[in-house]
Amino acid sequence: MPEETPWQQALRYANRADPYPFYAELRKTPVARQPDGTYVVSTYREIVALLHDPRVSSDVRRLPARAPAPAEPGAEPITEAVIELEPNIITCDPPEHDRDRRMMTRHFYGPTDAPHQISDLEPDIRRIVAGLLDGMRGKTRIDVVDEFAYPLPVKLICKILGVPLEDEPRFHTWIETALDALDLGPEAASEEMRSRVAGARGSVKELEQFMAGLLRQYAEQPGPGMISAMVHNGGPGGRMSEGVLASNAVLLLFAGHETTVNLIAHSVLTLLRHPEALEKLRRRPDLIVPAVEELLRFESSVQFWHTRSAVEDIEIAGTTIPAGAPIFLVYGSGNRDPERFTDPDRLDLERPDNEHLGFSQGIHFCFGAPLARLEVQVAVGEFVRRVENPRLVVDPPPYRHNQIFRGPRHVLVDIDGIRD
Amino acid sequence: MTLAATLAELVRDFKANGRIVIVGASLAGLRGAEALREEGFTGSLTIIGDEPYEPYDRPPLSKQVLKGWVPADHTLLPRARELDAEWRLGVAATGLDRAARQVRLADGEQVPYHRLLIATGTRARQWPNPAEAALDGVISLRTRDDAARLQQALAARPSRVLVIGGGFIGSEVASVCRDLDIPVTLTERGPAPLVGALGGVIGEIAAQMQRDHGVDLRCGVSVSALEGDAAGHVRRARLSDGTTVEADVVLAALGSIRNVEWLQGSGLAAGPWGVGCDAGGRAFDINGVVTDSVYVAGDVARMPHVLYEYQFLAMEHWDNAVFGAEVAAHNMVNLEPHYRPHLLLPGFWSGQFGVNIKSVGVPPFGDEIVFTQGSVKDRSFAAAYGRRGRIVAAVTFDHGKWLEYYAHLIEQSAPFPPPPPGWDRPDVMRPVPAEFPAPGVPTAIPDVVLTGHDPNERRAEFRPRGH
Repeated sequence: MPEETPWQQALRYANRADPYPFYAELRKTPVARQPDGTYVVSTYREIVALLHDPRVSSDVRRLPARAPAPAEPGAEPITEAVIELEPNIITCDPPEHDRDRRMMTRHFYGPTDAPHQISDLEPDIRRIVAGLLDGMRGKTRIDVVDEFAYPLPVKLICKILGVPLEDEPRFHTWIETALDALDLGPEAASEEMRSRVAGARGSVKELEQFMAGLLRQYAEQPGPGMISAMVHNGGPGGRMSEGVLASNAVLLLFAGHETTVNLIAHSVLTLLRHPEALEKLRRRPDLIVPAVEELLRFESSVQFWHTRSAVEDIEIAGTTIPAGAPIFLVYGSGNRDPERFTDPDRLDLERPDNEHLGFSQGIHFCFGAPLARLEVQVAVGEFVRRVENPRLVVDPPPYRHNQIFRGPRHVLVDIDGIRD
Repeated sequence: MTLAATLAELVRDFKANGRIVIVGASLAGLRGAEALREEGFTGSLTIIGDEPYEPYDRPPLSKQVLKGWVPADHTLLPRARELDAEWRLGVAATGLDRAARQVRLADGEQVPYHRLLIATGTRARQWPNPAEAALDGVISLRTRDDAARLQQALAARPSRVLVIGGGFIGSEVASVCRDLDIPVTLTERGPAPLVGALGGVIGEIAAQMQRDHGVDLRCGVSVSALEGDAAGHVRRARLSDGTTVEADVVLAALGSIRNVEWLQGSGLAAGPWGVGCDAGGRAFDINGVVTDSVYVAGDVARMPHVLYEYQFLAMEHWDNAVFGAEVAAHNMVNLEPHYRPHLLLPGFWSGQFGVNIKSVGVPPFGDEIVFTQGSVKDRSFAAAYGRRGRIVAAVTFDHGKWLEYYAHLIEQSAPFPPPPPGWDRPDVMRPVPAEFPAPGVPTAIPDVVLTGHDPNERRAEFRPRGH
């Protein structure tokens, strides 16, 4: 059996907690062809170049069918199941992308319709964070993921979208099941992953139906939130079709909290691993803004993205990516590229010129970035201020299976108390 | 002591005890001052500005301020750090004595310097007839006082606004008028708005955009005279085509004039296109010899650019002011080999008629244009400018996220036309002439002449116009 490439090793679950040594190996070949024909791009400069290159498509419909895993003819990756949905803004190209994203932006933080939408949420965010921390009083051990990182973003995204919070247990299960079934590495062909994929297909279907039901409900009876607004008022460019709208609503619901959960959990984990940085932030709370940018660089919530492909032959870094080839841009590796970031494995809360790839760049720059920044600044800032003497119980903590949306399943922390 | 050690000691001493004067208290002056402190300069720092205000931001003056969203006096530039500088605001610099190393102020004071940063920028070209320019309602737009005056005039719901000049300022103000539902006529001497900056092909798109938004656009005409009523308020304009326009607000958007008059007699290479300097911001004297103590940044600087065949570029752009000042500041407190060049790829943005227009590179340097992405019909596209088979600039309408790609191509001198995109291709992707106006005729009276025959005596000499 041929030796695994650094990329394949980075994708193995055993390396989820620390893929960085494999990324370092990977960067020796900035644009590396994998055995399945995928081109993995791991260096900052090349990632940025391709993020801005109009010969790169993000459209899943352009992707060649992935080569079936050997001896596993039935193992269809979950990506294929997701493709059954209409494309959303992250999986399509201009002009559809531009039109749809613009329609969504007007209801999120667009200058004409909702310029204060995000900043007006700050009191809500502070109230929720305060409530979560108050709830830890009297405890000596907490799970940062379940008790802190998860509840805040999910409450907010439900409020913003107009998804009833009481449906949270249902869609949470569907999303987790789907996330756990996505594997783009050498373990994709395992018996366990095959059974997960089977389960995930049903979950995606249920999530889709749930969202379609919500859309129909809002079509009949307008309600609060972005989904109802998009159903009734698309703006100058018209309205999205029901399928596209449902697909984008699912995207917002999913991306609107999963990535933020991982960022909050990773931020606490990282600060507890770097006591001097934690102490600095405690002394200088105003550093929270650059600190969150550094934490975005240090442990990116989206490690790479997998729906891009070359529409034409693209010459880059001495390699020609042939037309049609899938391209993976590894943000998590670009963010640790020593050619771009001095001493990249060091956490520096005051890092100058920190143009990281934690939110990507170009036209697919994270739609929710302004919301995520505010949530994480408040959550991490308040955690640092109020939690007394937090200590990691297990390091590294257990990780979730997903390679793209990488994050800890639990972060157990012992504490001495909660300050006012 | 070795020479290297002596020089290092010199730099240290200058950073601690030197005396730096900055003339110009706008974006370039402020960012230059901040950069000097960032570089570790702890000596004396004086900032001279002819306006009475602390540095403020100009881009909003033709947009948010006029719409009434932001008061004109709420545009102060954010401060990146403490400056510990002496501010001499509301007093203009009127002269420079390089031998004595002194800046002369309008109040007669002489301010001594070891090193000087010139950041005096530009001012708005006024309506040329002084009597007509003095009519109530005739306004130009450069300063925050101008913006406050124009905002008040628009808030009074004039029956019609006449904008003279279809450059960026004129077009942006016409856009604001339409947003406020105020009738507006725009006259442009050239064949289309924005033609000087972006060429005739893009100008034609801008013209159609203006007309679609209800601007009464008149191209190929100029304003011959402005007429006022008995109370001295402007009422109408006579145009070169014999027609008249009734208007009670007139914006003279006639471009800018560089503030170099105070440098007359200083022996610096200062002229109508600004103060010549090297790519590190070090000013040239009139002979083209670089000076060691005088630096230039911002709109008033004019420097050779490697990407554009070393032609001298004067860039009236926001980021040129910021980055040029940072480079000049760095070089003011360092010595060779630690000098840095200001190799900015020029870029600018404008917001008008609901469209975000952005550009990178130097469009007028190109002679061909090709649409590369999007749709001209939807006014959502990218286009590239080429010259002799290489890409030299790009412009986007509501496609700003792609500029970085074109910037990278320009920096690499990539072939023109660039490769087609993988999707969202324009209907026509054939390069066509960009239709820039022919360069202006050379001035009849040269500003600089050569004198002397003996090579040792050969010097350049400044001869003021009209002599």
